[in-house]
Amino acid sequence: MPPRLKLFLPLILFAILALFLLRGLELDPKELPSALIDRPLPEFSLPALGEEKTLNRVSVTGKAALFNVWATWCVSCRVEHPYLQQLADNGVPIYGINYKDENAAALKWLDELGNPYLANIVDAQGTLGLDLGVYGAPETYLVDAQGVIRYRHVGVVDDRVWKTLLEPIYQQLLQGGSP
Amino acid sequence: MKRSIGLFGLPLLVLWMAPAFAVIETYEFSDPALEQRYHDLSAELRCPKCQNQNIADSNAPIAQDLRGLLYKQLEAGAGDEQIKQYMVDRYGEFVLYRPRFGGATTILWLAPALLLALGVLIAAMTLRGRRKVTRNKSDELSDDQRKRLDELMAKADQNK
Repeated sequence: MPPRLKLFLPLILFAILALFLLRGLELDPKELPSALIDRPLPEFSLPALGEEKTLNRVSVTGKAALFNVWATWCVSCRVEHPYLQQLADNGVPIYGINYKDENAAALKWLDELGNPYLANIVDAQGTLGLDLGVYGAPETYLVDAQGVIRYRHVGVVDDRVWKTLLEPIYQQLLQGGSP
Repeated sequence: MKRSIGLFGLPLLVLWMAPAFAVIETYEFSDPALEQRYHDLSAELRCPKCQNQNIADSNAPIAQDLRGLLYKQLEAGAGDEQIKQYMVDRYGEFVLYRPRFGGATTILWLAPALLLALGVLIAAMTLRGRRKVTRNKSDELSDDQRKRLDELMAKADQNK
């Protein structure tokens, strides 16, 4: 190596390091990749909120849909609720997973704020949440027509999240392709 | 009268509040060996919510759930690997504070050894370079230098 080039070695090393650090600035360490991407929705058999029936994996799959983990104790869920209602009004199927909540409180919530959900799975013990790898509400899963999980978003779903992250995948799922 | 309430009331109040401080729940194990494994595993499993704590230290609801699950699985006779796999299936490699070798963690495991090798290489090259420099700097004159010195000396003699 020519000696002149050797002088630039520290600068080159620094540039490489800077690139890594720059990338690190954009990453959110709180956003964990889901272990269930491209895996089927776990089996479950849980009651439906406010209905005399039991829901299972088969009864909630068949078309691409959102699965929204929510609870009345979850403050951010109240924030995202109006946007979910808006999505539901636009024809996006959303199933609710009422996570470690009380039925009475959950029914009151839906009564007062509106119900964007096709049905709500009552996960009072958090067993389905555990199988899904839920670590904090709200979380939203995109599940395709075959019942395979395609995407997980942790945190509030708002206009930006829907337009940039969820909707492109959802549209692809509607067309029957895999992302 | 007032004074006596203060005297006896305060210790009573502290006693009454004691359960509020005991935030970590206790489990009764059928076998002390299971309890030891419970402590080892809960120290090695990472809480997905409060990311820089293990589930033994964390008070997050999810950590409580995972501790309960760990207890149940241990009592049911599950092996350590089996329990870890169960957690990884749900929360990803992230939950292991001691990640397993393979896949995305390869670079994590190999990087220290590679960096050490790189360091040794650089040190060796630097030392060799320095030895070369010191050899050149010896008091002995090279043949060329000696020849040039003789010429200069001869010239100086002529000019006298």
